[in-house]
Amino acid sequence: MLLLIARRLGLGLLVALTVMTLAFMLTRLSGDLAISIAGPSATQADVEIIRKAYGLDRPLYVQFFSWVGRAMVGDFGQSYFFKDSVSNLIAKRLPITLTLGLVGLSLALIISIPLGILAAVRENTWLDRGVTMFTMVGQAIPSFWLALILMIVLGLNLGILPISGTGTWQHFVMPGIVLAFTAIPALTRLTRSGMIEAMASDYIRTARAKGLSRARIIFKHALRNAAIPVVSIAAVQLGFMLGGSIVIETVFALHGVGYLGWESIAKNDFPVVQAVVLVLAAIYIGLTLLSDILNALLDPRLRTG
Amino acid sequence: MGVQLRFGAAILAAALVGAGASPALAQKSADTLRITMRDALPNVDPYYNNLRTGVVMHHQAWDGLVYRNPETFKNEPLLATEWKLPDSTTIEFTLRPGVKFHDGSAFTADDVVYTLNLVSDPASKVSTPANYNWIEKAEKTGDLSVRVKLKRPTPAALDYFAMVVPIYPKAYREKVGAEGYAKAPVGTGPYKITKVEAGASIDFERFEDYWAGSPKGKPAIKKMSVRFVPDATTEMTELLASRADWIWNMNPDQFENVNKLPHIAAVRKESMRVGYLSLDAAGRTGADNPITKLKVRQAIWHAIDRQAMADKLVTGGSRVPAAPCFPTQFGCNGEAATIYDYNPAKAKQLLAEAGYPDGFDLEVASYVLPQWGSAVQNYLIAVGIRAKLNQLQTAALIQKAKAGELRTYIGSWGSYSINDVSAFMPNFLDGGADDYARDPDVQKWLIEGGSSIDPEVRNKAYSAVIQRVTQQAYFAPLHTYVTTYGYSKQLDFTPYSDELPRFYLAKWK
Repeated sequence: MLLLIARRLGLGLLVALTVMTLAFMLTRLSGDLAISIAGPSATQADVEIIRKAYGLDRPLYVQFFSWVGRAMVGDFGQSYFFKDSVSNLIAKRLPITLTLGLVGLSLALIISIPLGILAAVRENTWLDRGVTMFTMVGQAIPSFWLALILMIVLGLNLGILPISGTGTWQHFVMPGIVLAFTAIPALTRLTRSGMIEAMASDYIRTARAKGLSRARIIFKHALRNAAIPVVSIAAVQLGFMLGGSIVIETVFALHGVGYLGWESIAKNDFPVVQAVVLVLAAIYIGLTLLSDILNALLDPRLRTG
Repeated sequence: MGVQLRFGAAILAAALVGAGASPALAQKSADTLRITMRDALPNVDPYYNNLRTGVVMHHQAWDGLVYRNPETFKNEPLLATEWKLPDSTTIEFTLRPGVKFHDGSAFTADDVVYTLNLVSDPASKVSTPANYNWIEKAEKTGDLSVRVKLKRPTPAALDYFAMVVPIYPKAYREKVGAEGYAKAPVGTGPYKITKVEAGASIDFERFEDYWAGSPKGKPAIKKMSVRFVPDATTEMTELLASRADWIWNMNPDQFENVNKLPHIAAVRKESMRVGYLSLDAAGRTGADNPITKLKVRQAIWHAIDRQAMADKLVTGGSRVPAAPCFPTQFGCNGEAATIYDYNPAKAKQLLAEAGYPDGFDLEVASYVLPQWGSAVQNYLIAVGIRAKLNQLQTAALIQKAKAGELRTYIGSWGSYSINDVSAFMPNFLDGGADDYARDPDVQKWLIEGGSSIDPEVRNKAYSAVIQRVTQQAYFAPLHTYVTTYGYSKQLDFTPYSDELPRFYLAKWK
């Protein structure tokens, strides 16, 4: 078990290092920071003054190593636009993204696991087909469209939920639903297929033969085995949700890390982009590691691998 | 964008259907004006952002030395009670006594000297150094008097003082530092800032100790909350649902639908921003390219029905400026301009005379609304120029433009709302990175016009520039911009032509 964790940790560190280098290189390729700091109304003189003042005239490798050196100790530098430390900015916005991600994932699990079980135990009935149809539609709906429909119905016509912003828990309901929809199809289908496979296995036949109740068979025996892939996909989905909620954060004006990243890409605010990419990658790596450990706990066969 | 527009229309349609469903509840009872804007302000410190939103915010919470009357465009006293110009590079300000900053400290000459010397120093890394690089230094000549030395005669100096030079509180800003100041800024303006969430929201409250007799007046509305909502459709939904009281830069296409609603009004006002078509007459993108030929440029001017663009696309009273500047700006002498009517036949003839009877391929880059770029593209195609529209992000286009990579592009220029051509024409014609004409005579006349304070000398120089630029068809002004505002019908709000909403003048009906 320890070996597994050590190996996964090592791999995670390598991925983080690659991400750091790529993030630096890609941001530099994408444009001239001095021009974007100066803004659309700047004169050439402004641009030159700014290039010098921010040290953007130094060779690239000098800029890279000075950044890596500081990032290692958690200092991501200053944002060119916010005039605040990048660590501060991320610390302020991470709770919003985490809340959104957790709300989204919880909703997704609450909806998809029962649906998956239902579809599996009623395999090939109209209920099963209905669930499959629901997941297909869910997969096909673009999140910005669903977001706008919810805004019209719940925010505008019924007026029961706030449309955008982050003031209260109600603000997270609509974005949470939209985010959940990105994960529900995969989680439902996985639960369904896992359950069908488990229900057809020998140990379930044995459990039935023992005369155990249907509920006990489904939840105690079948679900535990069917849950293994669901857990690992759920952890990965959370990673996707945290990093991929940019559209939802933008539409609902949630000023989280995803939106910060998008904003900074648009402005070429390199220090922020690099840090956001790194932080999201670290979370993703952490979640993958967590899912490996959880899987190992659920399935003893994996511990030796 | 197209998808967004369609959704905007769908939301408006839904709102029209259920118009009675959401009651018109502006925040009149809470006396809080809820504003949403799309351009998030990362730093509320007026000198450390380059956004129009920033200018709007600073005029609510800060005062400058000079006040520009939004009706007459005349400069009037604000923090300075009077000023003298003993020579062409000196301004002496007498400051107003009894003015307080939001932290209770008194406004004095030290604050003015501190502000001006700080922002004119390149080491301060202000976001728009060109707005201040004409200031040599400021010195205190008394507790309430300051002498400002200019690096060169700057005819529009007082306009700059009125629009983009708010005054910092020296003692407070030195105490809290630049970072601390951005989090809890202090000015002398009619509103004080009570809370800042960088890039997300700003809260304001009426400054009860605001000095009596200010032309800005004491605000009628007690509180203001400004929230940054990046998505245009979401912003519109907030307004429709009466969760926002005021938005701006609405899509012009939504103007009529919004006005059908019982609780919201949409209003349009021409702004000082001018849309233009830049033409590479100097051959920066390749010597001898078709655009370097005078007849080709003249053909392009003749090919575009600018009046139709102003009337049908921009709408709301948009005009076609005769000269490359905003019509009310000092020196924007339209009568000196050569006028090109919309005449596709003549355009074709000019192209043939220039040696392009079958037209040529041309990339037109643009960051303005896609439908405006497409209009230009189609007009060019109609006379045989095979135009391809390349829609770019503003920052990306500016970068290519400055690098001399764009043969033609469509952009806009707002002159920082400064009512003088020195804030417009030099940017495109003074030999700098944005200059695609590279005409030494024009550069010489611009220096003449910009370094004299004699109106006659200036007018003569600028007329010469306009005459040459239009004769040579260097740089085509397309239309003036019109800002569309949407707000609660319970709000009494007046828009002005300088793209600067004055919330301190707004009140509930």
